[in-house]
Amino acid sequence: MKVLMKGNEAVAEAAVRGGCRAFFGYPITPQNEIPEYLSRRLPEVGGCFIQAESEVSAINMVYGAAAAGARAMTSSSSPGISLKQEGISYICGAELPCVIVNMVRGGPGLGGIQPAQSDYFQTVKGGGHGDYHMLVYAPNTVQEAVNIMYDAFDKADAYRMPVMILGDGMIGQIMEAVELPPIKDPANFPKKDWATDGTGVGKDRRIVNSLYIEPDVLEEVNHRLFARYDELKKNETRYEEFMCDDAEIVLVAYGTVARIAKSAVSELRAKGIKAGLIRPITLYPFPSEAINAIAAKDCVKSFITTELSMGQMIEDVKLAVNGLKPVDFYGRTGGNVMTPEDLVNYVLNKEDK
Amino acid sequence: MEEKIIIAGFGGQGVLSLGQFIAYAAIADGKEVTWLPSYGPEMRGGTSNCSVVVCDKEVASPIVARPDCLIAMNKPSLYKFVNNVKEGGTVIVNSSLIPDKVERTDVKAVYIDAQELALQAGNARTANIVVLGAYVKLSGLFQKELVAEMIKNKFANKPKVIPANLKALDLGFEAAGK
Amino acid sequence: MAVVFEKTNMLTETPFHYCPGCTHGIAHRLVAECLQELGVEGNVIGIAPVGCAVFAYNYFNCDMQQAAHGRAPAVATGAKRTNPDKVVFAYQGDGDLASIGTAEIIHAAARGENITVIFINNAIYGMTGGQMAPTTLLGQKSTTSQAGRSVALNGNPIKVCEMLATLDGPSYIARCALSDTANVNKAKKAIKKAFENQIAGKGFAMVELLSSCPTNWGMTPTQAVDFVKEEMTKVFPLGVYKDIDKE
Repeated sequence: MKVLMKGNEAVAEAAVRGGCRAFFGYPITPQNEIPEYLSRRLPEVGGCFIQAESEVSAINMVYGAAAAGARAMTSSSSPGISLKQEGISYICGAELPCVIVNMVRGGPGLGGIQPAQSDYFQTVKGGGHGDYHMLVYAPNTVQEAVNIMYDAFDKADAYRMPVMILGDGMIGQIMEAVELPPIKDPANFPKKDWATDGTGVGKDRRIVNSLYIEPDVLEEVNHRLFARYDELKKNETRYEEFMCDDAEIVLVAYGTVARIAKSAVSELRAKGIKAGLIRPITLYPFPSEAINAIAAKDCVKSFITTELSMGQMIEDVKLAVNGLKPVDFYGRTGGNVMTPEDLVNYVLNKEDK
Repeated sequence: MEEKIIIAGFGGQGVLSLGQFIAYAAIADGKEVTWLPSYGPEMRGGTSNCSVVVCDKEVASPIVARPDCLIAMNKPSLYKFVNNVKEGGTVIVNSSLIPDKVERTDVKAVYIDAQELALQAGNARTANIVVLGAYVKLSGLFQKELVAEMIKNKFANKPKVIPANLKALDLGFEAAGK
Repeated sequence: MAVVFEKTNMLTETPFHYCPGCTHGIAHRLVAECLQELGVEGNVIGIAPVGCAVFAYNYFNCDMQQAAHGRAPAVATGAKRTNPDKVVFAYQGDGDLASIGTAEIIHAAARGENITVIFINNAIYGMTGGQMAPTTLLGQKSTTSQAGRSVALNGNPIKVCEMLATLDGPSYIARCALSDTANVNKAKKAIKKAFENQIAGKGFAMVELLSSCPTNWGMTPTQAVDFVKEEMTKVFPLGVYKDIDKE
């Protein structure tokens, strides 16, 4: 049965159904419904909720809980994610599974509280120190956010790395009808023989650590992590194509902007312009091969990357297109959101030139 | 079909819940819907608005720039959004708080004395439901009975307020039909 | 032949990397002995800090987590809340706990987080090479207070036990010194009580151990323990600052 739910609350419920039993967070708009919801929901399933003293503490509580074997998560919005970057780097270095939700707002600095996509760089290019990546999803509907959240801990456990769900103020605040999946039975979760759950002694003792003082050992760790990222690229890259078969102009957009772009594509088609859309669902790994294949098609004349930023994902789009076709950019910032009409007009003006 | 609605007013006028009732009714009617509120400091007492998109297939953009219908519960909201309404669209004006007439001639303006009708319904806080009734009549999207069911479900734990809300729905529905 | 002294099971075979005369070794030994005597082997999660004790994960014979600088109380919170039946301890130095990690320690204490914290106060940053710590004494020289710590420039040393004892959360707060046999024995009693409180579910307990750093203080080991006893205890008086059993 479908129920009408706010994005933030739906994500929180999907987390519980996907096995989350520990949440640590700190208030920040526009994601507050997630901690609020979980503060009453987690105790019902024997889970633990703590409002930490800061984002820094919250991510380190996630570190401790994940290291001890729990399915733990945190959520925040851009300035709070900046504060969590230290912990995220340690979590990646210590190869711990967890889930982090970022309902992005405008920046830099305190910025604003309206939707933005200006955290692309800090999410997919690192953000913290060191060579690392996370598995990053950018859902475009509440249902997709629910489905991704539901399986996020399975992915995190499988690859022993954080999964970040990159939403924006709109995904967090919007209400849509969603089908909630059944609650997963923790008995079926994979055993974590590496977890420091307190039972280890002597030879069976386990250590969760990101310090490798010997250069050769640390280099080996880096190679091990990147071998895992290659597996991610092979197995987890996800994207959606919309009307790309005969498209001459291909829009590239992720998250809620992709919905706006989809409307624009339909309107452009109604005006006789062959537009299409490619929507990365995973931002890391990025669907570079799919974009490159489209760029190689004769019918494709150009790409337009559209984002709620000054242009961040466009760098990966350009790398994927690799000079085969021009890549243009249309963006709004500050919390302003483009309308389908804005995009249509941008394309029409370009066509006129 | 695709119907885009903007509902705007003061915080506390039930603007967001009015939008939610439309969303609930849309789902009960087997349609797809998005409900997107403005959020931020204005939630605490200032202006408040939400965008609702009802569609028979998946809603693409939840952003409403050119609404088919504007529901203006106060004067600033009317002037903020009236020029965005699609040609041939509908503007529902809460005439209890807005003495002005809609100047545009290419839209259908309907004036509902929501406050007065809410008092007649027996509860001054049902003004948003009065307007909901008017919207149900004007849009023809859903059966009034379906919306009445939504109201009963929503107030299931406050059964005392149900009769006034149902009355408000009826009064708004009738007022829009005049 | 009668055995009069044994290595405790709660320490691994790995030799300590600590400098000669450093009291980290004593502190490790006391913590390990207490855990063994309490019979919690196989039920312990330890949190190592950043600083000289960063390698503590190599020494304690239990599951260990290495935390980011100052974050050990937050990491311990995550481990304890998801494993409430395990004994969880954080082992932190003065830079870690009293400088970069002040928020974490204060809020773990305020929540009455049911963990045990061992706080090594040697008034200096050891691992990074002898910089001024939040607990460096007035007049004490360090590589970043070369003329000696001054109030005007650096403010006064932070007294963590006194500060945390003002909170309602902690069950036990004590300061001991690893300066001589009698004080080491007192320290062991305090550490044991801090763990007993956790096992009994009484909430947050912390033992501050005034410790020596002959290497960075530029002293011999004996001069260093004398400095602990004669100088540090003047600024950081020994004693029990909070004990809910006595209230």
